[in-house]
Amino acid sequence: MTAYVIRRFLYAIPIALGVAVIIFSLVHIAPGDPLSALVPADAPSSVVERLRRDYGMDRPVPAQFVLWLGRTLSGDLGVSIATGRPVAGELTRAVANTLLLAVCASLIGFPLGILLGGVAGYFNGRAIDRIATATAITGVSVPHYWLGMLLVIVFSVELNLLPAMGMGPGGSSAWAWDWTHLRHLVLPAVTLSVIPMGIVTRTVRATVAEIMNEDFVEALRAKGMRESQVVRHVAKNAAPTALAVIGLQLGYLLGGSILVEVVFAWPGTGFMLNTAIIRRDLPLLQGTILVLSMFFVLVNLLVDILQTMLDPRMQRA
Amino acid sequence: MAEPTGATALGTPADDTASRRTSPRGYWTNVAKRLRRDKLTLFFALLLALVFLSAIFAPWLAPADPYATSMLKRLTPIGTPGYPLGADELGRDMLTRLLYGGRLSLLMGILPVVNATVAGCILGLIAGFFGGRVNMAIMRAMDVFYAFPSVLLAIAIAGALGAGVVNTIVSLTVVFIPPITRITESVTTRIRKQDFVEAARATGAGNLSLIRVHVLGNVLAPVLIYASSLVSISIILAAGLSFLGLGATPPEPEWGLMLNTLRDAIFVSPWVAVVPGVMIFITSMSFNMLSDGLRHAMDVRM
Repeated sequence: MTAYVIRRFLYAIPIALGVAVIIFSLVHIAPGDPLSALVPADAPSSVVERLRRDYGMDRPVPAQFVLWLGRTLSGDLGVSIATGRPVAGELTRAVANTLLLAVCASLIGFPLGILLGGVAGYFNGRAIDRIATATAITGVSVPHYWLGMLLVIVFSVELNLLPAMGMGPGGSSAWAWDWTHLRHLVLPAVTLSVIPMGIVTRTVRATVAEIMNEDFVEALRAKGMRESQVVRHVAKNAAPTALAVIGLQLGYLLGGSILVEVVFAWPGTGFMLNTAIIRRDLPLLQGTILVLSMFFVLVNLLVDILQTMLDPRMQRA
Repeated sequence: MAEPTGATALGTPADDTASRRTSPRGYWTNVAKRLRRDKLTLFFALLLALVFLSAIFAPWLAPADPYATSMLKRLTPIGTPGYPLGADELGRDMLTRLLYGGRLSLLMGILPVVNATVAGCILGLIAGFFGGRVNMAIMRAMDVFYAFPSVLLAIAIAGALGAGVVNTIVSLTVVFIPPITRITESVTTRIRKQDFVEAARATGAGNLSLIRVHVLGNVLAPVLIYASSLVSISIILAAGLSFLGLGATPPEPEWGLMLNTLRDAIFVSPWVAVVPGVMIFITSMSFNMLSDGLRHAMDVRM
């Protein structure tokens, strides 16, 4: 097991490096001189030249990558063009806000998905299965940014029950665990939970239905085991797959909340990404994507290890 | 965000050919027969056909000019005579723009999947058929792209390239190549090791004819089914990129962009702002249902 964990960690290193290469190239696939993306357009040419030397942009591209990687590893993600502040500092609070939103969406979406999928798989082919399947397919088909707008229209514009934007009264982004703040979390969290709910439902349904068809279930029943016990056995067998899809979805929630954050003006990483895109603030764009994708690599790593602990037959890579 | 999971349990090709041989009517006749019985799938196929036809024939169907603005008619509510679906924030007829909008939205949603299917198939066939170092190089590169959540990767590329229809198509194509490559590679690798391929090679079949005759026939069904399930995600993502201002540019009619520009009006004319999303929803739902129906009819397990 320890050997597997170490091997899995080592395998994540080249992946993380590859991710870094792609993110580094973002500045280079952007139209125009990469440096012009890093400094304001009205900067004097002497400053531009000095920056070109400082950033090492007069050197060949591979050397630039090594320099950039070195800076990044030491925690220096560059300086935001728009605000002039270090990207790393800007990101810290945004990541916390996105995590809050993603965790809340998980708490809604995952239990619901497991329940729906489990019930649907157990009652394979019956009416309740069809209802659950239809719910799941609607969940993965609905454009979530549109669903967010729809919820705002119903609950904020028409019913005036919940706030439409921000994460606190008056657009403040300081969080507190009280109702005035939690109210702001309801709509974005529900919106964000819909896709993972659908995907978890579909996966769990398929897994449970498949397990129900296996011989051992028949055998358990044949030896007179109570149905509740049989369900426990099925659940135990479905757990690793369910865990895998949940872990993956958690990663997607972190990186995929941008559209929902934009709809609700939630001050997280996605909202920051959107700001970076609108202002063409490439250091901010690069830094945010780097942090989010590293999170994703880490989540994948943890899920793989956890899955193997649950079911040692799964040792891979 | 809805993420491709990759093939886990495809029917083995041996089973496949056996079932084809024993069935008296042939495989495709059976598929067609099963599809005809599947009323739900047929309904969504019809719905999708309507969406396509309305986009194609928009110039003949639309009651107005999609670019004609009118300050007086700004945010006309739904049901106003002459404006059945209201007017947008610049007084343009919503129904007209909805019909025209399908053109870009469908193009931006479907083309990336088509591109990625072609590219992914080629990469997967090369990786699977030649194995060894070639396989290593291609598949490890794909692993790196897998390390991004799909929305994030699309936004990263589109964000760096800048707004535009072509840039959206390019970025979404990049997002969809890895999963299709993975599926093609896994099926190809399995088939390459089968006895009948070895036998064909022994009788003098070259690499190209082996791929064309034996591999492609077995790879195509799962890949096409999988690609069809990607279209729904692609439609949502393409419109989503436009929603962020990264896809189509004003004043083009496009569903995601329409949602974006109407978003500021939700306190004035909320239900007009909802309309473009309905079209995205219907289209993506139809593609999902169609893909599911096809998968059942073709009996491909993913």
